[in-house]
Amino acid sequence: MSRDKRITEDDAVASLSDGMTIGIGGWGSRRKPMSLVRALLRSPLRNLTIVSYGGPDVGLLAAAGKIRKIVYGFVSLDSIPLEPHWRAARQAGAIAEPVEYDEGMLQWALYAGSLRLPFLPTRAGLGSAVVDVNPTLKTVRSPYADGEELLAVPAIRLDAAFVHLNRSDASGNAQFLGPDLYFDDLFLAACEPGHRYVSCERVVATQDLLKEGSFHTLKVNRSMVDGVIEAPNGAHFTTCEPDYGRDEAFQKAYATAAANPDDWRVFSERFLAGSEADYQAAVATWQAAVATSSAAVETSKAAVATSKKES
Amino acid sequence: MTALADIVVIAAAEAFRGDGEIFASGMGTIPMLGARTARSTFEPDLLVSDGEAFFVGNELPIGGSDKLVEGWIPFRSVFDTVWGGRRHVMMGASQIDRFGNTNIANIGPFARPKAQLLGVRGGPGNTINHATSFFIPKHTDKVFVETVDMVSGLGYDRAGTLGEWVRRNHRLPRVITNLAVLDFQTPDHSMRLASVHPGVTAADVQAATSFELVIPGDVPVSRGPTDSELAAIERLDPRGLRHREVS
Repeated sequence: MSRDKRITEDDAVASLSDGMTIGIGGWGSRRKPMSLVRALLRSPLRNLTIVSYGGPDVGLLAAAGKIRKIVYGFVSLDSIPLEPHWRAARQAGAIAEPVEYDEGMLQWALYAGSLRLPFLPTRAGLGSAVVDVNPTLKTVRSPYADGEELLAVPAIRLDAAFVHLNRSDASGNAQFLGPDLYFDDLFLAACEPGHRYVSCERVVATQDLLKEGSFHTLKVNRSMVDGVIEAPNGAHFTTCEPDYGRDEAFQKAYATAAANPDDWRVFSERFLAGSEADYQAAVATWQAAVATSSAAVETSKAAVATSKKES
Repeated sequence: MTALADIVVIAAAEAFRGDGEIFASGMGTIPMLGARTARSTFEPDLLVSDGEAFFVGNELPIGGSDKLVEGWIPFRSVFDTVWGGRRHVMMGASQIDRFGNTNIANIGPFARPKAQLLGVRGGPGNTINHATSFFIPKHTDKVFVETVDMVSGLGYDRAGTLGEWVRRNHRLPRVITNLAVLDFQTPDHSMRLASVHPGVTAADVQAATSFELVIPGDVPVSRGPTDSELAAIERLDPRGLRHREVS
């Protein structure tokens, strides 16, 4: 029987310290480990270096002033292309060290880190502003007959990694059931053992892992994981296919509130002031109210239609 | 009278003519519609995706969900395909200059942008590895600028300073706007007016461009769709979403 690694989000975050480099899996507003990000928001941690294909994880951490340095290819909410908190933080010059990479360069940095190589070569980034704004990037010349000059993407080693997957057993054999793993396995593999955390929609028995997906879905094994957090709806409001899609209405409410400091205060008091359970309860209340009001709109539309018919 | 959106979709489709069996990738409604229209008509070997993680083998309308999946293309495979070169992408650009350097990242200085946009995303890797075309829904001198604030996609001048491999593989086939089609088929690869949309003059296009375009003596008018192409466009965009992007 393998070791039971189940912990809570707050246990995971309590194990971290100021100034650490934290990799966050997912992509944009897709399958983000949001319950772990919310735990980070509740913590006193600061001066963090974040590595992410950024979405609301980056927006929230930027708004909370927790990011000193960030390595990223973009920050976007997908259906809402620009992340309002991220825009505000960047336009205020509030991110001390933004390291902007081509999307593929970021994969390479994590892959090099996972292979314990100092760098990996690529052409992506050469000649672009990526090398202008990151003057520490160096090139390397092919030692073979072509002699081509290539960009040497430096490896990223993470102090901690957060990813959210669909299922996991208690020891961290984890499973993605959706259309894309993104680079979650690389985030875990590029991380020093000790703080590699997988949250999941449901913890299942090892013998049940193949009941919902083929063996191809088992890209994360327990040697890559130090802690397992059962977090139903933990990716909310981002996608977690096939368990649930993005909560577009909530994301819109988030983005609208984020664009205005007063509205943001109200939003964060309502949703982010308490525990993860408080968050999920507040979201459920919000969703019920939205459902009721849209039902009311439908009812009044029907009433109008009826009265029009009658007149 | 052919709708402007249909002219533009055909111009977008034409970008993929002759591409053969590669991934035709479109960012946004009109680029996606261009790729799918090309595949449904004159370029049937193209592979097109659902914009998520699958290649679709059927004629999938924009926003449609009835997919015939013919392959799996998660982001990791997209990057592999980009670096392997079997792809032609059509992207947007917030700024573009005469040599096709493009910016989707930020307006103003990187250290503290006036407007933070998307970030460079895949622009550097796309442009250095394979064909990249652009769709710009509103052609203005704020978009067509002397110098872009942040080079997310390489133009011909920057690519020209890199090695022989890059010069061989870097290619910006065309730029499609609400006014015209532009390309870089000039001796120094500076931007040329390839065709104007019906009712637009070369002077109109130059007036909406901050740098001097290469304007041939005889600028053709962008062609409209044939009957069968228009039928394909209607099947692929029955809700007329294309008309919201250009008018």
